[in-house]
Amino acid sequence: MTAHHPLKPLLLALALFAGSGSAGADRTLLNVSYDPTRELYQAFNKEFIQHWKSKTGEDIEVQQSHGGGGKQTRAVIDGLEADVVTLALSYDIDQISAKAGLLPKDWQNRLPNHSVPYTSTIVFLVRKGNPKQIKDWDDLAKDGVSVITPNPKTSGGARYNYLAAWAFAEKRYGGKEAAKDFVKKLFKNVPVLDSGARGSTTTFIQRGIGDVLITWENEAFLALKEYGAAEFEPVVPPLSIKAETPVAIVDKIVDKNGTRDLAEAYLNYLYTPIGQKLVAKHFYRPALPEHAEAADLARFAKLELITVDGQFGGWVKAQAEHFDDGGSFDQIYTP
Amino acid sequence: MPQSYIMPGFKPALGFTLLYLTLIVLIPLSALLLKSLQLSPDQYWALLTNKRVLASFQVSFGASLLAAAVAAALGFCIAWTLVRYPFPGKKLFDALIDLPFALPTAVAGIVLATLYEPKGWIGSWLLQAFGIHVAYKPLGIVVALIFIGLPFVVRTVEPVLQEFDSAMEEAAASLGAGRLQTFLKVIFPNVLPSAITGFALAFARGVGEYGSVIFIAGNMPYVSEIVPLLIITKLEQYDYAGATAIGLTMLLLSFLLLLLVNSLQWWVRRRGGQL
Repeated sequence: MTAHHPLKPLLLALALFAGSGSAGADRTLLNVSYDPTRELYQAFNKEFIQHWKSKTGEDIEVQQSHGGGGKQTRAVIDGLEADVVTLALSYDIDQISAKAGLLPKDWQNRLPNHSVPYTSTIVFLVRKGNPKQIKDWDDLAKDGVSVITPNPKTSGGARYNYLAAWAFAEKRYGGKEAAKDFVKKLFKNVPVLDSGARGSTTTFIQRGIGDVLITWENEAFLALKEYGAAEFEPVVPPLSIKAETPVAIVDKIVDKNGTRDLAEAYLNYLYTPIGQKLVAKHFYRPALPEHAEAADLARFAKLELITVDGQFGGWVKAQAEHFDDGGSFDQIYTP
Repeated sequence: MPQSYIMPGFKPALGFTLLYLTLIVLIPLSALLLKSLQLSPDQYWALLTNKRVLASFQVSFGASLLAAAVAAALGFCIAWTLVRYPFPGKKLFDALIDLPFALPTAVAGIVLATLYEPKGWIGSWLLQAFGIHVAYKPLGIVVALIFIGLPFVVRTVEPVLQEFDSAMEEAAASLGAGRLQTFLKVIFPNVLPSAITGFALAFARGVGEYGSVIFIAGNMPYVSEIVPLLIITKLEQYDYAGATAIGLTMLLLSFLLLLLVNSLQWWVRRRGGQL
């Protein structure tokens, strides 16, 4: 066997690939998350694996699963063995507790800041030069403006979009009826309802449909980073909604897999200075901003943020009133 | 029936068939039925007569019927061309026909949406030249379903055309029939049953198709929302009973329609035999 076997690099790569699987790792952790956190957790997992190795000497693997928030939640309820969930809404984790009993009802009190290590908000992304002059929510309901947003029935992010528009109209025009009229007008301007946030981003950016994309703040920043500020620009409305994206350990699964210590360390690591720095670097607003880089924090615009609890009486009520069958979202589509 | 004993191992073969049907078809379908029985008849009726649900049934079945009809006509032409004429690259072309079978439907959907959207290669041309809007409209669903359904027609019609005895055509010609007459009175009646089978397969596939449709449909309630998407939407709301109830209804409707198509095929075949 000569030293320079032509297939050697390939074999080496294969061996490395196999080694990075569960064969080499002592334990694995599965993090089930929603769509736009892919990049954040890719970076975070790398840091955490190193941290765990230097602390305990154990080799671990962290697997991540992403998709529309509703679909991911349902997968966990139906048996996907997530050690931890990092989802878009507390309502989704409440459902995992209520429907499958995988974690206690009071899960949200178990980690700092109500189990919300980072937040985000809802902003707009428009085409360069902002040809339709979109500055605030009421510009989205004007005639001739084409708006891209996912379906609130299938996407957690879209539910924040919808509630933010609703909250704006309730403040501006006063009353629920006015708010419903406004949201109805806004959704008349939506030509495509994708099922998740990433799908809508693709529709707007790659397919070139629509004048404005209503999206997560972090997703807007990411789009600007990927596609350059030459084509798009972000617009931050004066008022929006605070998107609280919670994390939780799935008790029954970690006890079964023997990964409770790992899962606890993993989620707590999100609150450490390193975790918070990474969170801010990936365009999420950190729960403990004192740990983040000043340059990263400077990117976040100051705006008035309403909360689901404050404005809509919590997720259970908001879900029943707006998104369940027969709720306001269905009503605006009644012909 | 001595014929059924020609095949060796009749008993294990029948046993396997029954086992397969039970495990793969009957048990899951009974589970579907049981789950949807969680709803009272009133709830079930209210769900089915919901305007949005009715609209989506209309979209799904209407688009599938239209697409299957177009696929049947086009598929017949393609099968005819492949069987009757030699041309360069025919083998490759023949292999390409099956591509929609193998392609993940989501890939097909994304590709079609990119092509047919108002700024896409084909879409922009159609919009400018004819003012036809394809992607994100009901027409987009039909286009996706034609793409998915075409191979079914080609692959069912092709063997029949291949085995078609050209002596019959020669006989017709020698009896003084023109080309059109020969086609209409001799070839068409013989191929029709297989074309109907292809139509039924394309239709059945179209009704259940999800992946390729949701990317090009636009998914607007009352306009371009298909039944499978509505089922997914119900699931996302943890409304398992509602989702299965719609699924069960779809199953019954599809079954009835396929029964109808099959009896039509049986009728055509019998009538063809008497000709």
